[in-house]
Amino acid sequence: MKAIVCVKQVPDTSGVVAVKADGTMDRAAMATITNHDDLAAVEAALELKDKTGCEVIVVSMGPPPAEGMLRELIAMGADRGVLISAREFGGSDTYATSQIIAAAVNKIGVDKEDVVFCGRQAIDGDTAQVGPQIAEKLGLPQVTYAADIDKDGDKLTIKRLLEDGHMMLSVETPCLVTTVKELNNPRYMNVGLIQECFDKPLDIFDYEALKDEPLIDPDTIGLEGSPTNVYKSFSPPAKGACQMLEGSDRGTVDELTGILADKHLI
Amino acid sequence: MAFDSKDTAAFKDVWVFCEQRDGEIMSISHQLLSEGRKLADDLGANLCGVLLGCGIPEDAAKQLGGYGADIVYNIDHEKLKVYTTDAYTKAICDIVEEKKPEIVLFGATNIGRDLAPRCAARLHTGLTADCTHLDVDVEKYKAFLKTTSTIDVDNTEFMPGTNLKMTRPAFGGHLMATIICPRFRPQMSTVRPGVMQTQEFDDAKAAACKIENFPVEITDADIHVTVEAVEKTAKKLVDLIGADIIVSVGRGISKDPEKGIAIAQELADTLGGVVGSSRACVDAGFISQDHQVGQTGKTVHPKIYIALGISGAIQHKAGMQDSECIIAVNKNEDAPIFEVASYGIVGDLFSVGPMLTESIKEILAGK
Repeated sequence: MKAIVCVKQVPDTSGVVAVKADGTMDRAAMATITNHDDLAAVEAALELKDKTGCEVIVVSMGPPPAEGMLRELIAMGADRGVLISAREFGGSDTYATSQIIAAAVNKIGVDKEDVVFCGRQAIDGDTAQVGPQIAEKLGLPQVTYAADIDKDGDKLTIKRLLEDGHMMLSVETPCLVTTVKELNNPRYMNVGLIQECFDKPLDIFDYEALKDEPLIDPDTIGLEGSPTNVYKSFSPPAKGACQMLEGSDRGTVDELTGILADKHLI
Repeated sequence: MAFDSKDTAAFKDVWVFCEQRDGEIMSISHQLLSEGRKLADDLGANLCGVLLGCGIPEDAAKQLGGYGADIVYNIDHEKLKVYTTDAYTKAICDIVEEKKPEIVLFGATNIGRDLAPRCAARLHTGLTADCTHLDVDVEKYKAFLKTTSTIDVDNTEFMPGTNLKMTRPAFGGHLMATIICPRFRPQMSTVRPGVMQTQEFDDAKAAACKIENFPVEITDADIHVTVEAVEKTAKKLVDLIGADIIVSVGRGISKDPEKGIAIAQELADTLGGVVGSSRACVDAGFISQDHQVGQTGKTVHPKIYIALGISGAIQHKAGMQDSECIIAVNKNEDAPIFEVASYGIVGDLFSVGPMLTESIKEILAGK
């Protein structure tokens, strides 16, 4: 039995967001982290490993430095990593990305007892689309927004979050589950495993490695194969019209509420 | 004829997936129909609602006409009563393949964001998440850019055509991107609840709305996930999206969260508003998630938004910067929240907050 976890390395947008002169993100100037929802997916897989002894495989698509993140996840307890990285895969939208990741998962192999985990969404794109689209491409049932997971044999019982409550769902393996960060508290890297993590297997799937997979077709991967394209990108103008009031005493407060009353806002 | 998502000329009409829960149509559907109406008018096409459920009365379906729908496709099946990814995806893909809409809009709810990507992957077309603005007309799009961007619109070239121009924030509103899906149909997008405005209900339009039943075949073999139970949160959730006035708290309340929230609540009560929060307070466990404003919370545009002790992280600003009047109170004069505020006071929320309540009470008493 295997737990295959799809993870993404993202810029840390909680810190300083670096912008280039042309208005696009300067990713190289920003620190990177493992996407939060994806860490919850890794932890869910590791908990499954604690219970069942299953193999945990972490998979990421990204530039070569993402290997460092995969090593860290191995130091948390994952057994091996797969980095999907090739120039041909660059510029992919969610459709093309899920096509490529699904091909890689297919190459790893999904057996009857296996579970594929993804984080709900990545903080850089915030689309939440890649998980369900991988499931569709692999023909697997999906459960998204998982906030609690219980596995008994080949049956999973999952609490799926709704805005106004939740659903209790059951599904048989193999299936794909997307996790929210509220699911668990990811464990820290283990000192012993940190020392071992560079000895564990980490495969690189480049274009050559995946090109014979049925899902890989030049028409469905990379920039050319992406159904969506950027038409324009722009920065919102700075508002900069804030009226700063002097002081912070009752007089200042009365001045403000006076303005609001004059404008009939209150 | 076989379905071919690349045969773009074969597709017409604007569709809205009208989400219902427990037979009740959600307000996001009304917002999307109101927005879809404008797109359909610009294209000279019909606006159609797609309603999936079981035993929803025809009268409820016709109400969708009041928000702009010309036609409602009613897909009634016992296996559509409660949402499952498999049954809903099959029903949506069946009717899309049959009728070939040019545009399909979904609410970015926990259900819409589960369903739309699965459908897009099956139909082989593009999907753009969490759009905040939609246009088909290039001139209207240019007018939009003139007020919302730093682009020199008059000296910029724009690809002509009526492709759906789907604008969304990237990186928490720091950058905006307009996405198109030129080679495939339908063009699909999700829109967050609260982003689009609902038009006034039109009785005549509701009466004129055509209901067309669309039969689908769904069997147990199609459904791989079993719904064991659906539980509603017992607690009444705060209605941030419908609120005219929101008083939000941020990390500034950390030294005494209970008191900070009480101060915000009293100010909100005085103004007839509700209490919101930044993500920091939700993550710290000070307040429940339904209060959260921001990119990963709710998008709001109240008349007055009062930010108490909120620094203004990009992700928070993305959810509130379109409020009519923003008042920020923060001890740090360099806090980014002041960049989007209309009025700012540099001070401690624990003293300024109660004074605001007192001052407003006096003004209201004098009215």
